Amino acid sequence: MAQSQGWMKRYVKAFCKGFFVAVPMAVTFLDRVACVARVEGASMQPCLNPGGSQSSDVVLLNHWKARNFEVQRGDIVSLVSPKNPEQKIIKRVIALEGDIVKTMGHKNRYVRVPRGHIWVEGDHHGHSFDSNSFGPISLGLLHAHATHILWPPERWQKLESVLPPERLPVWNEED
Amino acid sequence: MLRGVLGKTFRLVGYTIQYGCIAHCAFEYVGGIVMCSGPSMEPTIKNSDIVFAENLSRHFCSIQRGDIVIAKNPSDPKSNICKRVIGLEGDKILTTSSSDFFKSHSYVPTGHVWLEGDNLQNSTDSRYYGPIPYGLIRGRIFLKIWPLSDFGFLRDSPNGHRFSDD
Repeated sequence: MAQSQGWMKRYVKAFCKGFFVAVPMAVTFLDRVACVARVEGASMQPCLNPGGSQSSDVVLLNHWKARNFEVQRGDIVSLVSPKNPEQKIIKRVIALEGDIVKTMGHKNRYVRVPRGHIWVEGDHHGHSFDSNSFGPISLGLLHAHATHILWPPERWQKLESVLPPERLPVWNEED
Repeated sequence: MLRGVLGKTFRLVGYTIQYGCIAHCAFEYVGGIVMCSGPSMEPTIKNSDIVFAENLSRHFCSIQRGDIVIAKNPSDPKSNICKRVIGLEGDKILTTSSSDFFKSHSYVPTGHVWLEGDNLQNSTDSRYYGPIPYGLIRGRIFLKIWPLSDFGFLRDSPNGHRFSDD
């Protein structure tokens, strides 16, 4: 009896110790290093979800790459939606701060991206809720870089940072 | 000898990672101690006061009008700002000072909040850069720790007239 109680005690103690190590480490890893997420919707077709509504891709989100808020034109990033803070959106970066971008359906024809902001767009024009509807988005809402497609397995690939040539900024800061 | 040193090193690294992770979780989800600088929240919070901020109400989306929040600066994501929430989404906001002859109003869009400092003369806030997205809010300040003579919950806004009527 006494022996089984001692065993129980040891077991609970080990469980608690493991729990308090594993949970914070897992949470920190998912918050700071990388996590996976399923992409819903057609806004990034044909790059993500090419099959329409039947298939949804799973992407790897790299938080470590986004820790200093450094993005390049053409990167695919996930952001906190400015309309609904509980929702994340995944878009392609079109222009950085200081660039002048030609918009598609925004209220102004040309927009200069203010300091600390970026211009993001979905690849599927017209079917995407992006900067053309809400304007430049603050870099503080940056959540992570999408770097790889993990699922379905036949589509396993690295997501390249490509900017559609027709979407190059009209004028950019470096020139 | 070597084994002892290696074992000690591994244990030290392990403890560092473990406590680092616990600290991350605490600062991210529960709250932490913050030092405020700048004149924009005077007289409620003075320069270099130390306050306690909690992050739970951000996660439960229960930020209310009149709360003092810490948010990321919309034009510089690496710095933080400390302001009072004047309006939530859908509120009608007076964008000019109330003594101006021409009054202009605007509505706060969905998913945004309107922030203003208590020191209206010396504050860069939503009157300058517009409403900011809710996602930029980091936490809510509710307790002042330092200076000790001022210890306690924070005072209500001295600019009560700035709040919308409805």
